Amino acid sequence: MPDHQANGVKSAREDRFQGHDYYNIDALLSDDHLLARDAVRNWVKQEVSPIIEDYSNRAECPYHLFKGLAEIGAFGPSLPEEYGGGGMDEIAYGIIMQELERGYSGVRSMASVQGSLVMYPIYRFGSEEQRRKYLPKLASGEMIGCFGLTEPDHGSNPNGMITNIKEDGDHYILNGAKMWITNSPVADVAVVWAKDEEGIVRGVIVEKDMPGFSAPEIHGKWSLRASITGELVFEDVRVPKANILPKVKGLKGPLSCLSKARYGIAWGAIGAAMDCYDSALRYSQERIQFGKPIGQFQLTQKKLAEMITEITKAQLLAWRLGTLANEGKATPAQISMAKRNNVHMALEIARESRQIHGGMGSTNEYPVMRHMMNLETVLTYEGTHDVHLLITGLDITGLNAFS
Amino acid sequence: MKLLVCVSKTPDTTAKIAFKDNNSAFEEDGVQFIMNPYDEWYALVRALEVKEAVGGSVTIINVGPAANDTIIRKGLAIGADSAVRIDANPQSAMFVARQIAEYAKGEDFDAIFVGKETIDHNGSEVGAMVAELLDQPYISFANHLELDGKVATISREIEGGVEVAELEVPFVLSAAKGLAEQRIPNMRGIMMAKRKPLKVVPPTAFEDQAVVVSYELPPAKAAVKMVDPENLDELVRLLHEEAKVI
Ligand SMILES: Cc1cc2nc3c(=O)[nH]c(=O)nc-3n(C[C@H](O)[C@H](O)[C@H](O)COP(=O)(O)OP(=O)(O)OC[C@H]3O[C@@H](n4cnc5c(N)ncnc54)[C@H](O)[C@@H]3O)c2cc1C
Repeated sequence: MPDHQANGVKSAREDRFQGHDYYNIDALLSDDHLLARDAVRNWVKQEVSPIIEDYSNRAECPYHLFKGLAEIGAFGPSLPEEYGGGGMDEIAYGIIMQELERGYSGVRSMASVQGSLVMYPIYRFGSEEQRRKYLPKLASGEMIGCFGLTEPDHGSNPNGMITNIKEDGDHYILNGAKMWITNSPVADVAVVWAKDEEGIVRGVIVEKDMPGFSAPEIHGKWSLRASITGELVFEDVRVPKANILPKVKGLKGPLSCLSKARYGIAWGAIGAAMDCYDSALRYSQERIQFGKPIGQFQLTQKKLAEMITEITKAQLLAWRLGTLANEGKATPAQISMAKRNNVHMALEIARESRQIHGGMGSTNEYPVMRHMMNLETVLTYEGTHDVHLLITGLDITGLNAFS
Repeated sequence: MKLLVCVSKTPDTTAKIAFKDNNSAFEEDGVQFIMNPYDEWYALVRALEVKEAVGGSVTIINVGPAANDTIIRKGLAIGADSAVRIDANPQSAMFVARQIAEYAKGEDFDAIFVGKETIDHNGSEVGAMVAELLDQPYISFANHLELDGKVATISREIEGGVEVAELEVPFVLSAAKGLAEQRIPNMRGIMMAKRKPLKVVPPTAFEDQAVVVSYELPPAKAAVKMVDPENLDELVRLLHEEAKVI
């Protein structure tokens, strides 16, 4: 990861965001949670808000934020301190994701991928040697990681993957390709999921300079424009056997990582929703039409009232899920429900908020359309909205709609 | 260097201000509190920078009830080594200054930092009172501090220029904008703060001589008057007769 400086034009618009807590959920949070929220919110206001419109406009990734995210402690905050993590609980992790996504979903993606999809599997399924080799450097941002599960022909159905490893002495030979991989073009390491000769999914740590490995960038996204996405291409890549994650076999490996990341997204979406609501609430009081603030019209009030209601419900869902996660009791199906509900809620709020902003809502004077475009991807990645409905469906009926 | 930083709690700048008990007390219900920015951004951070450069320790002190521990924890998360809370509900600057001076007497601090004012009462009193009670020199509104051994060079802005003072430790200074730059605590700091000592000390008895009788809100701002761009005479008349600026 080369050293990067912020570039481009700084926005003149001040980030006036204020949190919203209609049901006094703050009273359920600890001092650590409140301090973490305050710190990340300040960091976002200082580092993300002034530059993000310009970066997304230019479809460039603000690489310098990796360092800042590491410094603030956003990479693996709930992993143990001895590996460079923060030793915090799951609610703190959720709150950090909420505040990052309040600024920009792609900045939250940077942290989700690094923490939940790269550091977490190495911590949970890696050898002690792998933990010591990679985790501190990933936590400090010295190394950037990516997570390769999705393939060009296997998205919602990862079990169909064709990327594979074959034993060759003290190496595995890795072949195949991954698609839509966040951060892959700038990553130093990739946690890649591939099938072994028996067809069992295994995780391998691939390093960027291994011959036969390339990571071309995918261009042209209208969503998460300031987040870099790419492919992973493996042509007879020789991966030392020491790089296989020893402690997991099967699809539950990648799926348990996704559960971690989805949990963070369930919180993150609340951040994006609050930003859209906050902007709409302020705009509705400042914008005058027919001689009065538009917030005085019943139809605007209906929109605002529904927004804060949905945000409050999502907050309670996230808080309860966080409490279960702290007790080690949050099931993948419960996490799936919160991801689906909260992202969908945020996208609906972004759309309504865009309407309240009128024509202005379509510009980069306000954060709303940017959130809306980002949330379209958030609705799809980490399991599409529809796939999550089927997960709940399977959980409550016992009948599998996938097979 | 053994440093003491006085930190207080103030309502967030966006808080809605209201009074209770016949306008004699501030309504704290529903108000979000923060660490006073002059204490946090300038006094505390500069003290930490001094410690990082020459070694020593930074202690933060607050006079207030247990609810203030959240703010104290933030100071520890930013980097202070230990904290002291004088367990009382302060009613005046004099009360606060007494408690701080009483504590500091037994501790031999090389310097005591306060913020130039709190953003609620804007009293700018505590620092000067502490200095007086400890019989130490006091520099207010410091925006630059250099230390060379025991000698401090401190600048402060004055009308139309800068005043530079040189003095030896121990001293008390009040911190103004420019003395340092805000530091955002990181997650590691927040977790470490839990393991740092926070000592709760009972207050020394003290009779306040001044009592706040009442508070008032400033008069509501009058609405903006729009003047037709064609009607310059009316603009001149309003500026002259109503605004009285020409
Ligand atoms: C910006 C971005 C970043 C990403 N980052 C990563 C990353 O870092 N790592 C990674 O591994 N992946 C990543 N992804 C991939 C993402 O997880 C996939 O796009 C997602 O899982 C969907 O797969 P797909 O795009 O192949 O869509 P498909 O699976 O082809 O789905 C197309 C549509 O069909 C529906 N569908 C599919 N199966 C069913 C079914 N059984 N029943 C009903 N409906 C169904 C889906 O809901 C969807 O609406 C990223 C994607 C994007 C856009």
